[in-house]
Amino acid sequence: MLTGKEGLTGKEGLTEAEAAGTQAPGPDDIRRRVADLLAAHDPATTPRLDFLRARFDAGLAWVHFPAGLGGLGAPRTLQPVADAAFAAAGAPDNNPRRIGIGLGMAAPTILAFGTPEQQQRWLRPLWTGEEVWCQLFSEPGAGSDLAGLATRAVRDGDGWRVTGQKVWTSSAHEARRAILVARTDPDVPKHAGLSYFALDMTAHGVEVRPLRQITGEAEFNEVFLTDAPIPDADRIGAVGDGWRVAQATLMNERVAIGGGSLPREGGMIAGAAAAWRDRPELRTPGLHDRMLRLWVDAEVARLAGARLRQQLAVGQPGPEGSAAKIVFARLNQDISSFEVDLAGGEGLGYDDWTMRRPQSANFYGRGPGYRYLRARGNSIEGGTSEILRNIVAERVLGLPPEIRVDKDIPWKDLPR
Amino acid sequence: MERPAALTEPAEIPDLLYSQAENDLRQAVRSLLSERAQPSAVLARTETDEPYDTQLWRALAADMGCAGLLVPEALGGAGASYREAAVVAEETGRSVAPVPYLGSAVVATAVLLAATGPEPGKEADRKLIASLADGTVTAALAVAFESAPDGDPPLSVRVTGSAPGDDAAGSARLTGAAARLADALPADVLLVPADGVPYGLYAVDAHAAGVTRTPAVSLDGTRQLCDLTLDAVPARQIAAGPAAVAAVRAGLSAGAAMLAAEQLGLAERCLEMTVAYVKQRRQFARPVGSFQAVKHRLADLFVLVTQARAASRYAAACLADGSPDAPVAVAMAKSYCGDAAVRAAEECVQLHGGIGFTWEHPAHLYLKRAKSGSIAFGTPDRHRAAMAGLVGLPGAGTGTSA
Repeated sequence: MLTGKEGLTGKEGLTEAEAAGTQAPGPDDIRRRVADLLAAHDPATTPRLDFLRARFDAGLAWVHFPAGLGGLGAPRTLQPVADAAFAAAGAPDNNPRRIGIGLGMAAPTILAFGTPEQQQRWLRPLWTGEEVWCQLFSEPGAGSDLAGLATRAVRDGDGWRVTGQKVWTSSAHEARRAILVARTDPDVPKHAGLSYFALDMTAHGVEVRPLRQITGEAEFNEVFLTDAPIPDADRIGAVGDGWRVAQATLMNERVAIGGGSLPREGGMIAGAAAAWRDRPELRTPGLHDRMLRLWVDAEVARLAGARLRQQLAVGQPGPEGSAAKIVFARLNQDISSFEVDLAGGEGLGYDDWTMRRPQSANFYGRGPGYRYLRARGNSIEGGTSEILRNIVAERVLGLPPEIRVDKDIPWKDLPR
Repeated sequence: MERPAALTEPAEIPDLLYSQAENDLRQAVRSLLSERAQPSAVLARTETDEPYDTQLWRALAADMGCAGLLVPEALGGAGASYREAAVVAEETGRSVAPVPYLGSAVVATAVLLAATGPEPGKEADRKLIASLADGTVTAALAVAFESAPDGDPPLSVRVTGSAPGDDAAGSARLTGAAARLADALPADVLLVPADGVPYGLYAVDAHAAGVTRTPAVSLDGTRQLCDLTLDAVPARQIAAGPAAVAAVRAGLSAGAAMLAAEQLGLAERCLEMTVAYVKQRRQFARPVGSFQAVKHRLADLFVLVTQARAASRYAAACLADGSPDAPVAVAMAKSYCGDAAVRAAEECVQLHGGIGFTWEHPAHLYLKRAKSGSIAFGTPDRHRAAMAGLVGLPGAGTGTSA
């Protein structure tokens, strides 16, 4: 879920109501609206989808969105008020885990850059889960260097034809739509030749294949596009402006990772500490010091996350946010590695190599070996730790940027 | 196994930000120290017979009121808290200032306040605390700098002469020795734990006959240690028995937390210095700060400082609020910030290259202060071990899962 304060509202830092000079709804308004909705649509008897649509139409889907698009122009901090009231009434939710990419990445991008027609068409089924979204950004030849991507979108009458290969696509096999970045002009430098689209995943020319990963399962897919059609009405943002639109999406991705508040010993450290307490025969002096260091690291990271949220709450977003994902990735890796070492002989086994297609990483339902392997991906997905270090060094510390050998050179002339 | 209280206690995380008043205090202290504790001057002083800058200390302690931050207003202090005291410590760490702030305004003050309570019954105690608060008197705790809050107070000084427990000054006499005292060279009063029946905590006039302070050649020249001998020196009892032990531990705990804040300030300054240097130092016709090998190390250091700040602020908040989680918070802060400061100072030396290895460049002052600080009040390792029992993570060979 999104936790940052970044504006999904069009005008930075202001809710729609504030920007319009009207009074934003308060917590009591939210509770009253929830009560009205529950009175009109009893969750016990209303079909799930009907209920979710009604909730969207009542502006209680994401209260910080504008009226008419599932929101009320209210402060984002009021969303938990609505969620809690619905949960208390036993109302169905939209299974946010299943549609995380739509909620966390596609929706904010559509809100910021989509046309009113696109917003009307896409946001409601996105939020209710009728249409699952996936993200077609990375390619075999464009990982950290996303702007160097090679998937081509070529004009074809009123629309476009897209050809290329995308990778690391969660949910592609379940998705109805995708946010897609493709090259519309190879004759200009790489950042300038990109455009951003919404792709119908059921269109012909779209082929999805599972991508099995080191854990044995396939959370991700490869997507092969062969002259796949996209109407021009499904382009998001101007032709050639795709990089700017994609940046907004990625910013939301990194805000989404790093997470909300946990109690002490929440998160990955819980399993390690529990194993330590339950299995005294596995303890050694060397492991003890590692255990304590990891416990401190996890607790300090938790406090640093809390401090970051305190900064956001008083409107002082600090550069510390850039550090959060680097810390989270390293912690998960160190803790899970420790867990396998602590397990000793049992660490030689593995719970299950069966090829499965889970909706997302399942850190807590699996064994230490799975956690160890899956955590390797934490420093790769959503921006490698090396790229994040570049970002911290350049944008936070102000160190000189990388020397660019691809600057000002048309994309088609870049060495490959 | 039953969950230890420390796992459920901090249901709500306290405010970890700096208040406006704290930022104002920081600005005032920084402006004083940046003018009066320039690296070249600090370095030059380490090679003199006066390793502490008593004039600067007077300006900080008395004129600016930093000596009395922890002292209640009724006793002549500012009635502030460990949050404010930590901000001053961050600044003294940033400038590696040769002032006895930690020893006098934090440790000795905390020992006295713990021993006497907020409303001391004895006039002599009130006067001593008030004179510490207004900066006219400087005090130090006479235990080795490496003493950890969870350890047993040392017993190297004995009560000789008159019976302990008598309030009259000079009624007790102390004889013995203590090594590696921090901030004791500029002290006027020494707080001495001494063995007797019962064990007690005594105040000794540091200028009295029979008191010998011998400067010890110290790794950290900005906080020169000394060895102490006492030869039948008149002493006044402050506390006795368990109250004395508790007071010493409270002082060491406060010292550990505020030293963690000092280490945070030191680490942050090392990062800033190094970033500034690699932006202007050119090799291979480009700033060395444009090489990823350098950038990534500094990015990691930035990340480390953000984490250390959270640990340090949490410890200060817990002490300020009297939180039951304070022992865990202090152990975390002292171990985390101690390691962070050493790493920051080591990176500072390395990324400055050759100039960072010279005597003339201040990087070594930071390295030596960081390394000494990580040992002071207990090593990081020791604090982690102390924390193990509190959070239910006992060591190897500790038997059952219960």
